[in-house]
Amino acid sequence: MVTIDLSGKTALVTGAGQGIGKVICQMLNGAGANVVVNYLNDSEGVNCKLAEDLVAELGDTAMAIAADVRDSEQVAIMLDKTIERFGALDIVINNAAILSHRTISKMSDEAWSLVIDTNLTGVFNVCKQASTRVAEGGHIVNLSSISGSLGLWGTSNYAAAKAGVEGLTRVVGNELARRRITVNAVASGVTSAGAAAAIPEEAKNEMLKSITLGRVGQAKEIAAVVLFLCSDLASYITCQVIHVDGGWIK
Amino acid sequence: MIQIDLSGKTAVVTGGGQGIGAAICQMLSKAGANIVVNYFGDSAGINQARAEETAKDLGDKAVAIEADVRNVEQVRRMLQVAANRFGTIDILINNAGIIRDRSVKKMSYEDWQIVLDTNLTGVFNLCKEATELLADDGRIVNVASIAGAVGFFGQSNYASAKAGVICLTKVLSKELSRRRITVNAIAPGLVLTEMGKGIPEEARAEMLKVIPLGRCGETEEIAKVVLFLCSDLASYMTGQLIHINGGWVG
Repeated sequence: MVTIDLSGKTALVTGAGQGIGKVICQMLNGAGANVVVNYLNDSEGVNCKLAEDLVAELGDTAMAIAADVRDSEQVAIMLDKTIERFGALDIVINNAAILSHRTISKMSDEAWSLVIDTNLTGVFNVCKQASTRVAEGGHIVNLSSISGSLGLWGTSNYAAAKAGVEGLTRVVGNELARRRITVNAVASGVTSAGAAAAIPEEAKNEMLKSITLGRVGQAKEIAAVVLFLCSDLASYITCQVIHVDGGWIK
Repeated sequence: MIQIDLSGKTAVVTGGGQGIGAAICQMLSKAGANIVVNYFGDSAGINQARAEETAKDLGDKAVAIEADVRNVEQVRRMLQVAANRFGTIDILINNAGIIRDRSVKKMSYEDWQIVLDTNLTGVFNLCKEATELLADDGRIVNVASIAGAVGFFGQSNYASAKAGVICLTKVLSKELSRRRITVNAIAPGLVLTEMGKGIPEEARAEMLKVIPLGRCGETEEIAKVVLFLCSDLASYMTGQLIHINGGWVG
């Protein structure tokens, strides 16, 4: 057997209270890593509760920290708190994202900015603060999406942000390579978790025709590739975008 | 810890006696798989000696079998021997490849043809003959190369063959999806095998300048990614190309 052992490593996952982010936390923790579960403070306190439930599940090798990724100061404080608690920061997973689909003629400036600010600038903010804090030999994984390459109806903001994340990934990987930090992106296809769960049956069946494996993915199948990229198995992979989408037929 | 366990699975690795092929045999064996170390019977017997040594080191769950991948009868016989010995074939690694670099102007038609026959048609032959025997939920991994994406001077034959392998991978991923067999390709960058050392030193020095990690890859680092693709961790990936090159190209 070959094992993936992240004991002694500390990972931070943004937007991790639910969906794919939550499963990434569970999987990294399952491999032995300490995990910081980041969430955005919403007025109803839903995200806080979800994050704290996850921390309760994972035990004392986990901690929840609120931070809005659009605010670089909050991000810096969050990374510093992580290092204060666990001693180092080895792995950063940029998972936090929102969507607000509208065709371009009907998309408000606000909907455009909100998605770009969270999904792209947020990733920039975290990468920037991480660039001076992540330990040598560490890993950054940015969650992208098939949307970043496909150009689907109604996704001008989301697709632009994700394509931007992929470009950013290559640059940050290039810049941090001299400290042996690998930086990659996982372009997720459609999964049963998160926003995809709300797709109506008819639209979903149409969509399945575009997926080679003929099914949507499970969150753990995305998380598994994130885990791989954070492990020694991927030591010579950097600046890459790995598509985990069941073979999307373009 | 997360474990990768391939006990009970059988992998056929073409060109498995040395270089990346041998590293793949060792890594899959470490994860518990039975290994067929295929080799091409060169007249000096060097390949046979290496393949038998690789198999011997892996113990009684490994065997060396000769077959020229260009020869369909030999391929059929090898696969039959493998299936008789181990019961199933679960994993096919198309790694066998040769190099005959010359500029187009100076390349002989023979050098064009032999590289296409071995590196592309050989892959087709294995895929075609193995699909009958390959178990459901099996894995095919084709070893392509950065050469198939970049197109280096002097590699019209090699680059064309590797680019062909990349597209063949996508086609096959669609044809085998019903049986949940995933088909992916890897594109190693600069790795100092015998083949890699054949690249002139000045050319290698130039390449290192554009590799963010600033070093060559180890054969083991290529093998680890093959292991990942053969595992459950990659269950939602098919038809993909993974670049393993220290950040060289996206």
